[in-house]
Amino acid sequence: MSLSPAAVKELQRILGPQGLVTTPEGRLVYECDMHTLYKGMPDAVALPTRTEQVQAVVDLCRRERVPVVPRGSGTGLIGGAMAPRGGVMVSLNRMDRILDIDLANRCATVQPGLINLWLTRAVSDRGYFFAPDPSSQMVSSIGGNVATNAGGPHCLKYGITTNHVLGLEMVTGRGELVRLGGKAMDRPGYDLTGAAVGSEGTFGLVTAITVRLLHAPEAVKTVLASFATIGEASETVSDIIAAGMIPAALEMLDAVIIRAINAGIGAGYPDRAGAVLLIELDGPTAEVEVQGERCAALCRRHRALEVRVAHDEAERALLWKGRKEAAGAVGRLTSSYLLQDAVVPRSKLPQIMREMETIAARHGVLIANVFHAGDGNLHPLICYDDRKPEELARAVRANEELLHACIELGGSVTGEHGVGVDKAENLTLQYSEADLNFMYRLRRVFDPDGIMNPGKLLPSHPACAEGFRPSRPVLPTGAWI
Amino acid sequence: MSVARLGAFTAPDLPSLEGIRACVHCGICLPQCPTYRVLGEEMDSPRGRIYLMRAAAEERLEPTEAFARHMDLCLGCRACESACPAGVPFGALLEATRFQLARRGLSSEPRLLTRLIFAVFPHPGRMGLLLGALRLYQRSGLQRLVRASGLLRLAPRLAAMEALLPLVPPREPLPELIPARGGRRGRLGLLTGCVQRHLYPQVNRDTARLLSLAGWDVIVPREQGCCGALDLHGGRLGAFRRRARALAAQFAGDLDYVVTSAAGCGSAMKEYGHWLPEAAEVGALARRVRDVSQVLVDADLPLGRLETSVTYHDACHLAHGQKLRNEPRALLARVPGLRLVPLADSELCCGSAGVYNLVEPEMAERLLDMKISRILATGARVVAAANPGCLLQIAKGCRARGLDIEVVHPVELVARALPA
Repeated sequence: MSLSPAAVKELQRILGPQGLVTTPEGRLVYECDMHTLYKGMPDAVALPTRTEQVQAVVDLCRRERVPVVPRGSGTGLIGGAMAPRGGVMVSLNRMDRILDIDLANRCATVQPGLINLWLTRAVSDRGYFFAPDPSSQMVSSIGGNVATNAGGPHCLKYGITTNHVLGLEMVTGRGELVRLGGKAMDRPGYDLTGAAVGSEGTFGLVTAITVRLLHAPEAVKTVLASFATIGEASETVSDIIAAGMIPAALEMLDAVIIRAINAGIGAGYPDRAGAVLLIELDGPTAEVEVQGERCAALCRRHRALEVRVAHDEAERALLWKGRKEAAGAVGRLTSSYLLQDAVVPRSKLPQIMREMETIAARHGVLIANVFHAGDGNLHPLICYDDRKPEELARAVRANEELLHACIELGGSVTGEHGVGVDKAENLTLQYSEADLNFMYRLRRVFDPDGIMNPGKLLPSHPACAEGFRPSRPVLPTGAWI
Repeated sequence: MSVARLGAFTAPDLPSLEGIRACVHCGICLPQCPTYRVLGEEMDSPRGRIYLMRAAAEERLEPTEAFARHMDLCLGCRACESACPAGVPFGALLEATRFQLARRGLSSEPRLLTRLIFAVFPHPGRMGLLLGALRLYQRSGLQRLVRASGLLRLAPRLAAMEALLPLVPPREPLPELIPARGGRRGRLGLLTGCVQRHLYPQVNRDTARLLSLAGWDVIVPREQGCCGALDLHGGRLGAFRRRARALAAQFAGDLDYVVTSAAGCGSAMKEYGHWLPEAAEVGALARRVRDVSQVLVDADLPLGRLETSVTYHDACHLAHGQKLRNEPRALLARVPGLRLVPLADSELCCGSAGVYNLVEPEMAERLLDMKISRILATGARVVAAANPGCLLQIAKGCRARGLDIEVVHPVELVARALPA
């Protein structure tokens, strides 16, 4: 389905001369996010600067029955910000202002296009920070973080995006402007903010977000422990968690990713280690000291080759830069990769890492590992050459097997990246038909015409997998889409 | 094996497919890109531009005027290279792509103006004549007349050029040899730069003076031409290579280093090897090139006090092109009494970018505006920048806003701290 010339004209009127992209070059570069395997060119890209424009665009798309695909910085890993069925992509990155900083109430209200890290930068000199820290935080937008309910290394202690969103302003798929939640901790009525966070644009387009700000901890200690094997590092993770400690972050990196990071960022990770744990402790100084000692002792008990503490802020920042830019640095090793986001219970970490080695060997694929070991959230990067379909096929098979192995161990198909198109079909591994049907009906409350980011988040039903049917009335009983 | 064709591109000088494919689309470059910061559009971001190059290389897209527009709007500042964890050589990709577009006659920029620029700027003699005439224009009262007439409003690019020009100083060529003073360390060649030698002769004078005090014999070849940086960035690879060879011949003598205090020139010269892998003498020159800050940072200099607050702007071709961030700051920090105030977004391009501010005045002006507002926030009354383009651009911004801010090259401040 493509846009009618009249609709394009109307969009131009709404968005002004600089606010709409319709050239082939422009549309092409918006065809994918960071998951480059999934491509879908929008018919037009809207670049609104005001909420009223967003509302007018949704109204028009509803009248025209064309899909609306939200996009922030385009750093998602699930093919969420691409247009498989064309339509209008609404890129919200020009709406990037901080609307209000309310330190008395420890919150801020921002526009969705604001880059995650820029919020922390704006309040750090007053001793505050915004806790959710996806690895892409130097570029990803808070709107995108809300859409995918993003996590990050420090979510082990601080919780994921939803734990930090107090309220939302949203243009629903019906074109209404609604306010969900607010600054108060507990609002009367349904927790619709909670329902909307992680909805990946299928409920509507978020135009303002009220988030919690936290006071920066008194002390931070970053420990780097290297091990000869992934197994030893995995067992250390299990023991740290079993000992009742909750580090601020507990990350694992394997030899392959360390090679990429050291080449790409020069972050100084030990290059002979089979695995490295990056452990960060924060809080009151006394507690951090004691926990640091306990963590170090546990590392040594599992035959750590080296345990060192970052001795200043510059060294700490460099270690984190290496960790956070790892997925980009993999470009040093391969042009393309599949990035898995599955979760296993923490106690199963040693087991799944052994399983992963078997799977990699069976399919002859190179797998780089960098992940949130503390919450069992795996991020194997399965490398392939996109010019070789056979290699891609092997990577896809390895990816699927790994996912199934995680589910069998009691895990989840996704930890923090969201579902998008990448995981939509996988939800059936985890949810029953009734669960999915309920989610489908909830989606229709916000978006009765099915125009909001279609094809994402929920699996398609075999009976209507083809094409886009926005005005489909009531679903037959028992069906889910 | 040489490849004759890469999708829509044809040999020679194909953009590197390996370089293009190193991009994994992570987007870390986006917030560092000046045009993305201003426009917020993917196709005017590094990731988008690489995606377009890739589409052309894979024959998914035929380069058009619109394609060329996105390449032309890039400042070539290479902030994306500094940000890129995958090591995409964006500068070289852009230059090769521009070469490909130029060969097809695809350009979104005004032809007459670019032809004029390239007929004058890289020729020190012609540049001198033009600036001599402009000096007359400024001093005779004609400038005031033209400005008052409103004529310039009819030609925005001409207006941009006119506004950019500071008071043209009288010509002041350096002697061909400035002997070392004090303990002699060796011999250096000094590249004076086409724009710098005419508009900022004091920067070259201070550079030579400091180098000589640091124990270097400074050789200034009288006939030295242009380093070719402007040609390189414009994708005029043929002219660039000719200039590189000619320059290598000028600096062929027995020199320990070839020093410049013009960051854009230094950056281009350091890359000669990439573009002329066969030419040994050009490669030898490239290996000897140093920015003045590299040579002076640990030199023995008799520095007195200079009580002043200074903020430092990173010239793109020093920070991103030559990866020199600490040396110029450390050099300034050596001056007793000099306080260095951090500048927010110091690595964001000021909009100068070679001749960019002349051909793309609108974008250049928006970037200049961002730069000036951040300079004002520092409270410093002195801005240091190590490239003549940045000096021209930032000084113009201050002039136009009536700001009492001095814009200088770091070596000027260091030279001021020398005993009289």
